[in-house]
Amino acid sequence: MANLEVNFCGVKFKNPTVLASGVLGVTAASLRNVVKNGAGGVTTKSIWLEEHKGHKNPVMFGTEHYFMNAVGLSDAGFEKAEKETFPDYMKNKPAPIIANIVAYKLADFGILAEKIDKLNPDIIEVNISCPNVEDEFGKPFACSVVDASKVTKAVRAMTKKPVIIKLSPNVLNIGEIAKGCANEGANGFTAINTVGPGMAIDIDLRMPILTNRVGGVSGPAIKPIAVKCVYDVYKATHLPIIGTGGILTGLDAIEIMMAGARLVGMGTMVYYREVSGFGKVVEEMADWCDKNGVKNLEEIIGCVK
Amino acid sequence: MKNLDTKPVALSIKKIIKENDATNTYVFEYKLESRPGQFVMMWIPGVDEKPFSISYDNGEEFWLTVCKVGPATEELFKLKVGDKVGIRGPFGKNYEFKKGEHLALVAGGYGVGPMFFVANEAMRQGCKVEFIIGARTKNLLLFTHKILGLKDVNLHVSTDDGSMGVKGYNTQILEEILAKNKIKHVFACGPERMEKRVGEISEKYKVDCQMAVEKYMKCGFGVCGQCAVDDTGECVCKKGTVMNWSYLKKLSEFGMYHRDAQGKKHYF
Repeated sequence: MANLEVNFCGVKFKNPTVLASGVLGVTAASLRNVVKNGAGGVTTKSIWLEEHKGHKNPVMFGTEHYFMNAVGLSDAGFEKAEKETFPDYMKNKPAPIIANIVAYKLADFGILAEKIDKLNPDIIEVNISCPNVEDEFGKPFACSVVDASKVTKAVRAMTKKPVIIKLSPNVLNIGEIAKGCANEGANGFTAINTVGPGMAIDIDLRMPILTNRVGGVSGPAIKPIAVKCVYDVYKATHLPIIGTGGILTGLDAIEIMMAGARLVGMGTMVYYREVSGFGKVVEEMADWCDKNGVKNLEEIIGCVK
Repeated sequence: MKNLDTKPVALSIKKIIKENDATNTYVFEYKLESRPGQFVMMWIPGVDEKPFSISYDNGEEFWLTVCKVGPATEELFKLKVGDKVGIRGPFGKNYEFKKGEHLALVAGGYGVGPMFFVANEAMRQGCKVEFIIGARTKNLLLFTHKILGLKDVNLHVSTDDGSMGVKGYNTQILEEILAKNKIKHVFACGPERMEKRVGEISEKYKVDCQMAVEKYMKCGFGVCGQCAVDDTGECVCKKGTVMNWSYLKKLSEFGMYHRDAQGKKHYF
């Protein structure tokens, strides 16, 4: 059987699937359950310095083709990560953990990075691209080369751990933005965050379904956008990438790896295939590799020119 | 998931039945095709959306029995017949039993809703039912007349203050029933600490015990992770809300604490 082990920024993953930030992952037990179901690694929900209320329900729904959410980054704040989530997860750590951090002020990213570093996550993922808090905080940092680079610099200054930046697809120049972050010391990227924001209206009630009115679009419909963004970022930087966006099957995973992804993030997949989908995706990847004579995933990462 | 579309369906309130000062039953004409123990997410437009267990479903209409407990239900109580809400679901697992079995149902407070749905279904399946309801006082007891109207269902009542039925807890009645009868399943719905006691008593008498558990929920379909329980990390909306006592008793948080919308613990 093919070896699905992947090295990402010096961290060894037993397979390339990781839980994307924002799905499950409210507690350490939930993260452990995702690993138990086959994931090679997990990403926490976005951690804020202080407690942050999300939006009111409805915050998500799905259709056959796409999924929408505007949870609004609800979180109990750093204190819970420090006192509960990390200590619980680190006891017999089952797989690498990526700490996802978020802030609305540049200075807070630095403060948070310094604190998170001490909890000893394997990787720090910086969320500068959530599309459903724009009413609160304006356009995401990921929409400008200057802002994205500044955040990267602030985080880089506070930690020696691998820092990866979660990029937005909702830009015209994702490659340029990635380059800007790379110049400030980013070790890699997660591409992409959700698309949009989009809007869905209940025509009987004549109002948007999501309380936030708009929300990030994910699911099968966005896969081509994710694959293209990963391709652009890989071409621009050749740094390690977690490819995420509409990945539901092992074949989807292989596809985004060919575009340049080294790990494959999955979140909305849980809606379509339940949490046990992680193990199924891994099996499907192994099957494909075996049938196609691929012995090591290094052979396919970024193989598409 | 059978149906991948989880957009809300807008439904008009067909009827509102006032159960007591703080509890209403909302009736909707819709083929929900739910099973006893399942729940829906009800969206009160412009306000919020919360999970509610189904208290009746005959294939043509379904009921949601709602207690006024917070800002969202406060707003719901202002709605009138003809007003529209959004419904997503049904979600979750149901109580499991077979034709002709002898069941004991234990309901605490507004937990009587889903138990009423079970009793109706059980009646159709030729089951014999011991229906035990409990509340702090007489005025808080729900559905007594509706339950008395069911064939092959024996109603047992307890109140903390003795204003109706046995003075004490519904779990005491359960123990007496289990001691005297050969019960096949115990089903419960109510506060976690009541449920814990129900589980212990059922175990003592070696009777299968299934209980619905209430946790903070956002999506209802196992994605947001808000209702993941310690220490298994499984989502109550998927694994349950009806779960076996053999599973529940292993949960470190059962009967101890719950989490809020930000994932912070609150002890009971």
